[in-house]
Amino acid sequence: MLEIENLTVEVGGREILHNLSLNVMTGYTTVLFGPNGSGKSTLLMTIMGFSGYKVKSGRIKLNGEDITDLPVNERAKRGIGMMMQRPPNLTGVRLKDLVRVTSKGSKDTAKIAEELDMTRFLERDVNVGFSGGEIKRSEILQLTAQNPCLVLLDEPESGVDMVSIEKLGAKVHDLLQGPSHHCAGWREKSGKAALIITHTGQILDYVEADRGYVMCNGSVACSGNPRELLQEIRKMGYNECIRCKINRANVIEENI
Amino acid sequence: MVSNEERRAKEALRKEAKFGEEIDLEEYDEGSRGLSGADSLEDLPSETKSTMLDSGIVPSDKGKAGNFLLMDNTVVHSSVMGSGVEVMPLSHALKAHDWLKDYVWKAVEPDSDKYTAETYLQKADGYFIRALPGAKIKMPVQTCLLLKNRNTKQYVHNVLIAEEGSEFEVVTGCGTSKNVEKGLHLGISEFFLKKNSKLTFTMVHNWSEFVGVRPRSSIVMDEGSTYINNYVALKPVKTIQTYPTAHMNGPDAVCRFNSVAVAHPGSMMDMGSRAVLNAPGCKAELISRTITTGGTVIARGQLVGNSAGIKAHLECKGLIMSDKGVQIAIPELEARVPDVEMTHEAAVGKIAQDQVEYLMSRGLSEEEAVGMIVRGFLDVGIRGIPDHLRAEVDKILQETDVRGS
Ligand SMILES: Nc1ncnc2c1ncn2[C@@H]1O[C@H](COP(=O)(O)OP(=O)(O)O)[C@@H](O)[C@H]1O
Ligand SMILES: [Mg+2]
Repeated sequence: MLEIENLTVEVGGREILHNLSLNVMTGYTTVLFGPNGSGKSTLLMTIMGFSGYKVKSGRIKLNGEDITDLPVNERAKRGIGMMMQRPPNLTGVRLKDLVRVTSKGSKDTAKIAEELDMTRFLERDVNVGFSGGEIKRSEILQLTAQNPCLVLLDEPESGVDMVSIEKLGAKVHDLLQGPSHHCAGWREKSGKAALIITHTGQILDYVEADRGYVMCNGSVACSGNPRELLQEIRKMGYNECIRCKINRANVIEENI
Repeated sequence: MVSNEERRAKEALRKEAKFGEEIDLEEYDEGSRGLSGADSLEDLPSETKSTMLDSGIVPSDKGKAGNFLLMDNTVVHSSVMGSGVEVMPLSHALKAHDWLKDYVWKAVEPDSDKYTAETYLQKADGYFIRALPGAKIKMPVQTCLLLKNRNTKQYVHNVLIAEEGSEFEVVTGCGTSKNVEKGLHLGISEFFLKKNSKLTFTMVHNWSEFVGVRPRSSIVMDEGSTYINNYVALKPVKTIQTYPTAHMNGPDAVCRFNSVAVAHPGSMMDMGSRAVLNAPGCKAELISRTITTGGTVIARGQLVGNSAGIKAHLECKGLIMSDKGVQIAIPELEARVPDVEMTHEAAVGKIAQDQVEYLMSRGLSEEEAVGMIVRGFLDVGIRGIPDHLRAEVDKILQETDVRGS
């Protein structure tokens, strides 16, 4: 579904992603690990098309279509939806109204809000005074209303308390795998896919992840089975990944 | 015999106002005082009714404590439906209540500027609304001030009295008939809030791009009284300059001013609100949200703390939607004693791109996203608006073109 080819991205005049390539296949949930500052959020923001994330070279393709230069809403129309790590406050815009226009009347948003324990937030201004965990739940509420084909989640579990994580996890699960309604976007027939950033790996308790990538210093250090990667990272930390990548690079260089 | 007041007013006929560009009063014709009356707002022509609706006024008796309509300089309709409240033309009230002379022209000085002077000398009529002592009036009184004929100069003099312990609500809608190409509105409003009374006053302006507007309002507040002022000006206007002042003379008085305005291309809006806190325990909050889509808006605000133990906050926020637009925020705090708590917050700028893109990532077009953020911005300024008006104001807001030119 999503193909990223040799992507180099600059933020604020600094190159953050270097020649990064990665694939997310239809029907697959892909997890992205990596230390703080390795460029995970930058990658997701670039896929969604936010300004300030300047593609210097490389391509982003969605179902074969080059979307590298499309505006944000055109990407949303084609079925990409994102949970940002730090979405902005929308003073004066009630969550209720945002959820309503996002769902275009296609969902029982009151019920979803209820399930996420978010009913009392519907009258509040989007993100204003929300705690970290409340922001995540509000984002999942919006995403459920949006029902994208390609779901991008930036640390969905961070800041969420032990009780809410159950509800949130269940909703993330529904968003990715379950109940069988069609997802939004022009390519709905092709099914869903996800790219999820996680620090703790906690979200893996709720979703079936198929593939994992580890990012270091703006490029992919390695990929593999997400649970195995998580175990390695827990055991040895990210330094091991960096070493591992340098070793591999050396091997490749030696072979040339 | 010429009274002292009259002499001073005559001398002030050339006195320029402190703010706002000068308007030549000679350019306009006297508004008619002889238009035919209407027994009910429901009997009015549909075009007039739709102008009223666009100004937040429902042309019906239902659910209202009173209705009042002034067109040009004629009182076309005045009626009372509720009990505990008086609604009548000021000219009638002056005959009915001998004591009223102690109120008229006591909150606003006739010689403040040439506009007050002219209104004084023309013996302008307007509405008189009074809530009787202890009366809690549930339904609102509606008043409507319309410019009907072109090139008209309209003078209005309103007096509102909230007697001790009373509570009431007034909506004033101001508008312009479609065929009016040029017009001028001068409006004096004097408010008197007695001990422990409460008045919620909402004004909706729906003028046109050729109309000049110079309201002069002053609110005199006794102990424990509460005054809430909502001001909505979303439609084009040529020039408006207004700076209502609350004189909080009794302890523990509370006032709140919420203003929202859009300066369209060609509009010059100089608007502010002022609270003078003269007694301990008084609280004031002045909030404005202004947008320019190509016009100029000056958002003023002034808090004057003359007594210890007062608390006041002033907030002017402005959005610039166009390169041609100008936003000027002028917040002023003036403390004359220690032990006051006075704060202000002013910000002007353009709409935040990250907010727009956030909404676009949910599938909204750029225009839809901007519209939603801008309406949200204004919405903060009108959250104090009474429920029954909410739908009307929301509709006006939805219809307002907030795109920059
Ligand atoms: N607006 C910006 N200007 C400059 N540097 C930035 C900006 N945003 C992010 N960065 C830098 O880019 C790097 C990657 O950040 P980010 O993508 O947020 O990492 P991660 O999500 O993996 O923690 C960091 O070093 C961060 O400081
Ligand atoms: Mg991040």
